[in-house]
Amino acid sequence: MARMKFLCDADRCIECNACVTACKNANEVPWGINRRRVVTINDGKPGERSVSMACMHCNDAPCAAVCPVDCFYTTADHVVLHSKDLCIGCGYCFYACPFGAPQYPKVGNFGSRGKMDKCTYCSGGPTGADGSAAEFAVYGSNRMAEGKLPLCAEMCSTKSLLAGDGEIIAQIYRERVLKRGYNSGSWGWQTAYQETINV
Amino acid sequence: MSKLGMLTRLALLAMLAIPAAHAQPAPATPPSSVRLDAPTTGFDPDSVEVHQTEELDKNRLVTGSITLPDSRAATLIQPDGRIWRDYRRGPLLWITAAVVLGMIALLGLFYAIKGEIKIDGGRGIATLLRFSAFERFMHWVTAASWCILAISGLNIVAGRVTLLPLIGNDAFSTLSTWLKYSHNFLAFPFTMGVILMLLVWVRHNIPNKVDVAWFKAGGGFIGHGHPPAGKFNGGQKAVFWIVVLGGGGLAVTGLGLMFPFYVTNVFGMQIIQVVHGGIALAMIAAMLGHIYIGSVGMEGALDAMNSGDVDLGWAKAHHSLWVEEELAKATRPQPSPAE
Repeated sequence: MARMKFLCDADRCIECNACVTACKNANEVPWGINRRRVVTINDGKPGERSVSMACMHCNDAPCAAVCPVDCFYTTADHVVLHSKDLCIGCGYCFYACPFGAPQYPKVGNFGSRGKMDKCTYCSGGPTGADGSAAEFAVYGSNRMAEGKLPLCAEMCSTKSLLAGDGEIIAQIYRERVLKRGYNSGSWGWQTAYQETINV
Repeated sequence: MSKLGMLTRLALLAMLAIPAAHAQPAPATPPSSVRLDAPTTGFDPDSVEVHQTEELDKNRLVTGSITLPDSRAATLIQPDGRIWRDYRRGPLLWITAAVVLGMIALLGLFYAIKGEIKIDGGRGIATLLRFSAFERFMHWVTAASWCILAISGLNIVAGRVTLLPLIGNDAFSTLSTWLKYSHNFLAFPFTMGVILMLLVWVRHNIPNKVDVAWFKAGGGFIGHGHPPAGKFNGGQKAVFWIVVLGGGGLAVTGLGLMFPFYVTNVFGMQIIQVVHGGIALAMIAAMLGHIYIGSVGMEGALDAMNSGDVDLGWAKAHHSLWVEEELAKATRPQPSPAE
């Protein structure tokens, strides 16, 4: 099986937020929860870059390691998923996550965060059969079961956000860097996968 | 010549020069104002390389601006999350096991050697009121909530590697949910209890020379004989200050965890969690000792918090100065109330 990854080419991202909108629509994400977001660094200054960020589906995922009830699991595609039936809403995954991916439906006072929600790489979750209404209601769409990649990357207008087998998207990025002559780095890869794309 | 004029001329020259330069090596290409040698991927000669490693060197977090109303979402990368993970997964478990199990083993060993510390000459008939009903109430409110807080806290730290394999994921999640709510809500009676104990008992707990002598004599635990002590001996004063300062620290850091991100960012939340856990662990060790000596470790000690009336012989042995004070008070003629 492939090792699925996300890669955001910061030199291409135009901060259109279409990935955020696509994610919200594809997964019917509730109000206040953003599985994906676009952060702009050096806004208005030289070297301004926008990066679309969601769960990076890390190697040795910090969220999974710190979860007190062990509710996380990794699929054959190396997508990090979790069970909302087991989640107790303690908020530890948010402290450990290097990318701020875990989201909670409630404001965290008195420990009432509700069940954590995060990017599933459009892979659904452990409730019901793949692609079932029950699964969609809890975790959102399961495009991977249909052989499709996450919608955020699929509809990125500048093809800044890439999803797919880590080897293949790294190769696409390498070719881009060679052609344009500069490299902003593959944001988050060092932290998530302990590697960078060498050109 | 004006500046504008110069710029216009330069621009015109450039426009003429580009097709001209290409006309010779590639005469077959149609005339165009587009630079054909430039990459078609949007090469920008003014572009600045922005690397995440440099951004991370500047700060522990890469933070930018975001259109969402949630300021936490503006943090793009915080690699320290991995450090916190490594602490929580490794050292925290070992430190917890060492402190809790080590303390229990130590107390077991102490009990095996010393046994229950008996009242010299056995229980007498006379008793003396040591703690009023209110004092006992505030002690037990604090103690009961503390026990649940400690158990639920230990469950969050180590339940996954101890209890979860025994009872399975579903049962463990249900249990942990209830323990989490208990932890959040019992924090308030615990805090109130600590504040009450501070107010009621602080005047008896100011360290003095008697305590120094008490500690020098080994508190009566080592060897025989009982060093003099007031209402609270040196060891009890230590317990009092551990509870007040430790409990206060737990309350403050606990509020920080209960209202996440109100006062700090994600890095601060990690620090608060580590501090909360550290204080809690130290307090668990101290309280195990306190529970031991207040129950199986010493004959007659539990009476003080149970009925409130302690054996006079016990009181004379452990709190000689306090007994003298109380007896002096009792023999002093009481002012008769106005009728």
